[in-house]
Amino acid sequence: MSFGTEILIKVGVVLAFALNGAVIFTLMDVKGSAWMQRRPGPLHVGLRGFIFPLAEVIKFIQKEDIIPTKVDKTVFKLAPAFILFSVFGLFVVVPISPTLVVADLNLGVFYLLAISTISTLGVLTAGWSSANKYSLMGGLRAAGQLIAYELPLILAVVGVVIQAETMSLVGIVEKQIEWGLPFVIAGQGVAFVIFMIAATAEMMRIPFDMPIGESELVSGFMTEYSGIRFLIFYIAEYINMFVMCAIAATLFLGGYHIPLLPVEWVNFYGPVSLLTKTLLLGFILVLVRWSFPRFREDQLQNIAWKILIPLSLLNILITSVMKVVF
Amino acid sequence: MKDFRPKLPGFLTGMKILLVNMFKTLSPLTKNPNVNYPFEKEIVAPRARGVIALDAEACTSCMLCARQCPDWCIYIEGHKELQPPSKPGGRERSRAVLDRFDIDYALCMYCGICVEVCPFDALFWTPEYEYSEYNMGAMLHDKNRLDEWLKTVPETGGLEN
Repeated sequence: MSFGTEILIKVGVVLAFALNGAVIFTLMDVKGSAWMQRRPGPLHVGLRGFIFPLAEVIKFIQKEDIIPTKVDKTVFKLAPAFILFSVFGLFVVVPISPTLVVADLNLGVFYLLAISTISTLGVLTAGWSSANKYSLMGGLRAAGQLIAYELPLILAVVGVVIQAETMSLVGIVEKQIEWGLPFVIAGQGVAFVIFMIAATAEMMRIPFDMPIGESELVSGFMTEYSGIRFLIFYIAEYINMFVMCAIAATLFLGGYHIPLLPVEWVNFYGPVSLLTKTLLLGFILVLVRWSFPRFREDQLQNIAWKILIPLSLLNILITSVMKVVF
Repeated sequence: MKDFRPKLPGFLTGMKILLVNMFKTLSPLTKNPNVNYPFEKEIVAPRARGVIALDAEACTSCMLCARQCPDWCIYIEGHKELQPPSKPGGRERSRAVLDRFDIDYALCMYCGICVEVCPFDALFWTPEYEYSEYNMGAMLHDKNRLDEWLKTVPETGGLEN
């Protein structure tokens, strides 16, 4: 197979995976929240409402894409692309099974953390170029929040990297198979909690949705966007949620492997296993979204700088001491 | 000594409530509180305050309701007619005739002051609720429409003696 064909197939698979993931997570968010509040949720768009995300996409595409007069047009148009680029980039290193991975980089974790930072750029440029005070405030808040929560995210993963002695995601999963237990039980429980909290903040989902904060900032950095560009933000949010859950499942929950199942068959049950873990984590995120109120800006920063970062540093310390001792 | 009961932390309690409610919604055993509205009608409480009906016969177009209305959503027009004397040789009586009684339900905020203030018991709350229209202007419902709703007014126990 030529290089070009291979790349095309991989891009196709990643796109299909990402968009289907976004659809599944949208459904889970909408239907799940409805069920939690004793509502039936969307019901009338085919299959008891289960294909409504497709209708949503069609609705957004046929809407007018309004670009206000005073915006910085090029930046305004490019900003959603940054975010989409960043979330699609995350899929490259997530292994669905030992062989089913777009590229098993040696510096997989490093790549993940580096590429997820690009979405900050997208959010900030979107807020800045909109020429709107709400967008600007939203963009600045987002920048503050994303930078603050980038650190615990990275530091939590460092613990895993120390324990696994590798940065490749396949290597990390292999290590967990070797240990017989996923890392969340075998020593990285705190890191897992920190990672999930920081990831929720990175996604800007509800307990940490200060940048969007619709009750005070209309819609934050997305205020001026409409039509297909808004759709891109919207989809990117859910793709980001999907891929972050997949990464957390890979790093902490044993990825494509389930303990006690034979390792030889991992190519068969691997994708199902990873998807199940991802959906479980996503469900927890939905649960958190509907049971927590929004954090205030100072509380948000306090949690990041005063609790999560010291805790994750402590986690790194303990992990490395244990590594040296045993 | 107070008996000690271990308590879940607050944030876990919230999640537990959501989970319990989700399983309640999904399980076929529990009764679903939702009404699939346009396909099945809700059975409202008999004295629900859905919309205001008018007994045009009782109305004397005294304008008290229109004056008390905080939104000024009641429009009343009337004129006076002379009635033939009840006894031969008597004096002709004048009687107020209601020409127009419109309530703009696009403005009405359902405070019920008009119902309270009506001295002749011409206005009533009814549990009727299906009177939405496709444009704003059509929300101005006239005397005949308000009179139709009078049929849905539940029977009262009468006034105290």
